[in-house]
Amino acid sequence: MSQAATVTIGEPQSRLVTPFNVVAALILAIGIPVIVIRFTMGLGACTNLSDTTAWGLWIGFDVLVGVALAAGGYVTSCAVYVFGMKAYHPIVRPAVLTGFLGYTLVAIGLLFDIGRPWRLPYPFVMSQGWTSVMFEVAACVGLYLTVLFLEFLPVPFEWLRWKKLRKFFIELTIPLTILGVILSTLHQSSLGALFIITPGKLHPLWYTPYLGILFFVSSIVAGLSMVIFESGLSHRVFSSRLDPDHPVDHDALTLGLTKAAALVLYAYFGMKVMALAHGNHWDLLNTGYGAWFLVELIGFVALPCTLFARAYRQRDARLARFTAGLTAIGIVLNRLNVSIIAFNWQLPAQERYVPHWMEIAVTITLITVGVLAFRWIVERMPVLAEHSDYKAGH
Amino acid sequence: MSISRRQFLGGVSAAGIAALHASEGSASEDFTGNPDRYGVLVDLSLCIGCRTCEAACYEENKDRDTNRKANNERKNNLPPPEVPFDDLSVTHTKRRTSSRTFTVVNRYQAKDATGQQRDVYRKIQCFHCNEPACASACLVGAFSKTKEGAVVYNPEYCIGCRYCITACPFYIPTYEYDKAFTPRVMKCTFCSHRTSAGLPPACVEACPYGVMTFGKRKELLELANEKIVSHPDRYVHHIYGEKEVGGTSWLYLSPVPFEELGFSTNLVTFPLPELTHGALSVVPMVILLWPTVLGGLFMLNRRKEQIAEDERRAAVEAAVSKAVAETEVKGEVKLSSALKKAEKDKEQAVKKAVEEAKKAQPEVEAK
Repeated sequence: MSQAATVTIGEPQSRLVTPFNVVAALILAIGIPVIVIRFTMGLGACTNLSDTTAWGLWIGFDVLVGVALAAGGYVTSCAVYVFGMKAYHPIVRPAVLTGFLGYTLVAIGLLFDIGRPWRLPYPFVMSQGWTSVMFEVAACVGLYLTVLFLEFLPVPFEWLRWKKLRKFFIELTIPLTILGVILSTLHQSSLGALFIITPGKLHPLWYTPYLGILFFVSSIVAGLSMVIFESGLSHRVFSSRLDPDHPVDHDALTLGLTKAAALVLYAYFGMKVMALAHGNHWDLLNTGYGAWFLVELIGFVALPCTLFARAYRQRDARLARFTAGLTAIGIVLNRLNVSIIAFNWQLPAQERYVPHWMEIAVTITLITVGVLAFRWIVERMPVLAEHSDYKAGH
Repeated sequence: MSISRRQFLGGVSAAGIAALHASEGSASEDFTGNPDRYGVLVDLSLCIGCRTCEAACYEENKDRDTNRKANNERKNNLPPPEVPFDDLSVTHTKRRTSSRTFTVVNRYQAKDATGQQRDVYRKIQCFHCNEPACASACLVGAFSKTKEGAVVYNPEYCIGCRYCITACPFYIPTYEYDKAFTPRVMKCTFCSHRTSAGLPPACVEACPYGVMTFGKRKELLELANEKIVSHPDRYVHHIYGEKEVGGTSWLYLSPVPFEELGFSTNLVTFPLPELTHGALSVVPMVILLWPTVLGGLFMLNRRKEQIAEDERRAAVEAAVSKAVAETEVKGEVKLSSALKKAEKDKEQAVKKAVEEAKKAQPEVEAK
């Protein structure tokens, strides 16, 4: 245990006026009044949702994209605790934290979007729609948020030095990890399966009975990419929070994740092509939507797949991080395509949905709150470095 | 409020989910419905777009709950029309159902079978599917299909996720987006309070031109077929709603192709809930299989680590004992050689000292 390590954990930055904080304050100053409008005047006052398009940015981005990009938690904890890839232990905590915050934001985003948010527990306590994919999503997301919370608990307990409670939850790691993978498998795929009931509304190039498994596999890619991208960012921004006694070869971990991402992305590409063949709508590739589909498939699946492979072979961690960003954008694109852009594609342009600026403001506010919460926690709790009391424990 | 079957099932533990899915799935496959359920046959060749049905719908729903149960929140309370019902010009622009209107009539211009350009008016409202997507999509089971054929909505548990609106293939359910605290899904109720007593819906009864016929669905299908057979040039040879998404309570005959009238013509011919059935049936399999696979992987890894650890320990032990033995042997060899060397060194040193002493002596003597 060194002096340096004890100093960095538990003492936040003291400067309040930084460019980042000013921008964040500005976003909150716009976003919070919009949220007040949402809850006092209804969805109609701040969204472009309609009877024709009932789901917009808050479902398409805040929920679908949010859940996919928060997949790093289950992917890394499964790799480390179940597959026994212990070298990757240093990335589990930030990934679980990102996952927990991500899912919390998804839940908050849902509260904004649903008509009567105070009834959120109704599907569990009042009346169950067993035949609804939405019921499965709600049940699994709710349970998984709880699992992530329990998985993260050792961190605040170390911070607070509650050793017995910490030990109790550390011992739950394996069952919690396995439960987390089960719940993630179910709801990541169900978010895609939500659209299986809309064959007439979703463009045939995106509509496929494989939507569920495609969403699940792409969530693994999204999780890996976000961990590569986010840990690269964390290591630059929070370099003072890293453990000087135990320098981790960060680039080696990044390249290991890169190899996994290349392989899974390759499988995902194959599955997308398989789904395309199964749909047998090759003729539609020669349309505007077809071009857009190819942009997603070639530009944001095939290309990052080769770039990941190249980055791994040439030991190029910078290229790996760039590709991770590209892949994450591809996942965002895919979720928005399924839920908004290729949905209701047959309607005339004037009946199509375009988000209201207030919807965009709320989404940006949510992301900002997530980043602020991540920073607040990382600056205080043993997330990026291990706590001085427990270093021998791993 | 009595305990419904659904609420009772709500108490069933998660372990029962698999069985439930299986039973509901098979119910879907051999669904015969209630064979005597009602329907409406709409003959669009007769409609002149007078909006009388719209007015009747408003009168019926403005201060009444047409979902049958007496409940304040369930009163539809439709507001008065934005444009009076006697102004027919609104039919010229495309309108859809909304939270303020359960049914609308729009004018379309299209060529009929004889090649003649004509105005065709199309009334739309909820189709009341045989197996409604909205009902299967609802996560609180707010929708139900009555045995008379109506698909009705109960706002009591609705959380407002609007999956029903997304799932509906006909773009029918609407939402009260303007309400902050009590928004509801709004759609035609098939005047369930009337149809449950065998009476036609208000719009059907009010129509002055006999466009709509209320009756048992199976008889309406026969009537529709008869009409097509006896007037083959008057109708497109298709009964819209007979097979679309597994069949609907409302059936349409048209003098012009249905796609010219804004009908969705890319619909599947089986009930949409069947699509979801496959996805949901995976759930219990994942719940049962994943713990075994992942737990097994975990144990395999632990075992591999244990073996590796044992091997490492054994190797270290072997190496240590070998090293110790070697060191001992080497030590002895070294010791003896060191002793020999020391002896030799000593002899040499003595010899040298003696020689030097001898050399020094003559010099001293010479001085």
